[in-house]
Amino acid sequence: MSVDAEANADAKLPVVDFAVDWDHTDSAWVSDPYPIWDDLRQRCPVAHTDRYAGGWFPTTHEMVAEIANDTEHFTSRMVVVTNNKFPPNAPPAPMGGAPPITSDPPFHQFARRLILPAFAPGPVNALEGQVRALCTKHLDALGDVKEFDAGASYAQYISPGVIAKMLGFPEADEDRFRDFVHVVLDLVDLAPEERGPLFLPMAEYFNTQIEDHVAHPRDDFTSYLLNVEFNGKKLALEHVRGTMVLTLVAGIDTTWSAIGSSIWHLAQHPEDLARLVNDPALMPVAVEEFLRFYAPVTMARLVKEDLDFHGCPMKKDDWVLLGFPAANRDPEAFVDANAFIIDRAVNRHAAFGLGIHRCVGSNLARMELRVALEEFIARYPTFELADPSGVTWAPGQVRGPRRIPLRINA
Amino acid sequence: MGGNVKVVIDADLCQGQGRCFSIAPSIFNFDDLGNGFVIGDGELSPETIDLARLAQANCPEHAIFIEESS
Ligand code: HEM
Ligand code: SF4
Repeated sequence: MSVDAEANADAKLPVVDFAVDWDHTDSAWVSDPYPIWDDLRQRCPVAHTDRYAGGWFPTTHEMVAEIANDTEHFTSRMVVVTNNKFPPNAPPAPMGGAPPITSDPPFHQFARRLILPAFAPGPVNALEGQVRALCTKHLDALGDVKEFDAGASYAQYISPGVIAKMLGFPEADEDRFRDFVHVVLDLVDLAPEERGPLFLPMAEYFNTQIEDHVAHPRDDFTSYLLNVEFNGKKLALEHVRGTMVLTLVAGIDTTWSAIGSSIWHLAQHPEDLARLVNDPALMPVAVEEFLRFYAPVTMARLVKEDLDFHGCPMKKDDWVLLGFPAANRDPEAFVDANAFIIDRAVNRHAAFGLGIHRCVGSNLARMELRVALEEFIARYPTFELADPSGVTWAPGQVRGPRRIPLRINA
Repeated sequence: MGGNVKVVIDADLCQGQGRCFSIAPSIFNFDDLGNGFVIGDGELSPETIDLARLAQANCPEHAIFIEESS
């Protein structure tokens, strides 16, 4: 990808007031969005921007839930905010480019049912041993090193390995997957003519994998999508490709971010780390609080027709940034919303979205997060940040630390 | 005998978030699509009612209902 493109994204004007000019790739938002969201929730609670050709950002749990459940007024045709609402090659609604996340009812239900069985608790639980082996492999590779980057050396490796195997792609291609994800999710504030070409290597890669699976069908998710029949008909090729791209993109960055944020938290909260080390049974409850507090995923909608939303004059094709992470910090919905409470028993968080698009991969994500943390703290019962200022965060709609310089104690 | 207390999942609201069967596997299970369902007739005893309420309080879709009938 071009270095120019990245430089360009850095050259834009910093935000002065997020209420009227929000930008989720602004450096203040990227490094610490929570005070910004708290302020907007009290002042607005729906912020607006003219950037990205116009969009809104509701900050309360109630409004986020309302929009997530209102597929009549909001379309999922595009769920990543960019400067191009009408990419030339994207399949139109109701399917969109990456079914089911970009699909609207009634097509959505069809596209979702097709893939739900592969991600149900049964098949996912069967992968636990594989995930654990992957974790120990990367921990073993660290050897006796006492200072390392837990993002680059650990967090980023867990989910790509699982997804590669599921799709039937060579595991050795992991680095390319992270490049694809970087293009789709991080390099969003580019001109359309700059962003478009960045997708070509990914399209080519998927076409090659599809050709290979057509020639040599095997027992994996790609072959399943290529061969599954509905009413005697196979899926359109762009449907198969779209779902494969979605699985790769949604399955990698998200879980990697959740693992990273959790390790980052534990590095700064020895009391929480000690509790988990001494009481492994607490882990499933803690995982829900990690997911609430550091929810990595924000999705978007487009407004279908002009609409008055609680006094906001939304226009057709305006973006709506659906801040599940902001909803998770709403004091109306959570007691002590800005406190991380590792044994929070009542936790109705929205990290995996709400309504019909609820994350299909949530069982897998939870298991990966739990196992990755279990293995990490079993190997390293005490650790801290070696260089707090060296921590970097991914920009855009999937938030997580990319560099986490750690020091292992003892 | 007093009234019976029953737990039900509204299948139209359930999106398979999976909190219920993780928190209370003795009361809830999941189907092939990963959606939750109530095991058996859903009748709760004084010993199980708190667990059912905890699951209810954690369902993000508000899909779990606890009904009292006499
Ligand atoms: C911690 C990790 C993850 C988080 C926080 C997360 C979050 C989300 C959210 C918030 C949505 C809703 C999108 C919307 O409303 O527009 C979603 C959808 C989705 N996620 Fe995840 N996700 C994670 C991991 C995964 C994994 C591991 C996979 C699969 C391999 C996956 C696959 C999907 C799919 C297919 C959808 C679309 C569902 C639909 O539209 O019906 N996700 N995810
Ligand atoms: S917690 Fe709620 S949404 Fe999730 S499976 Fe149970 S009933 Fe369904």
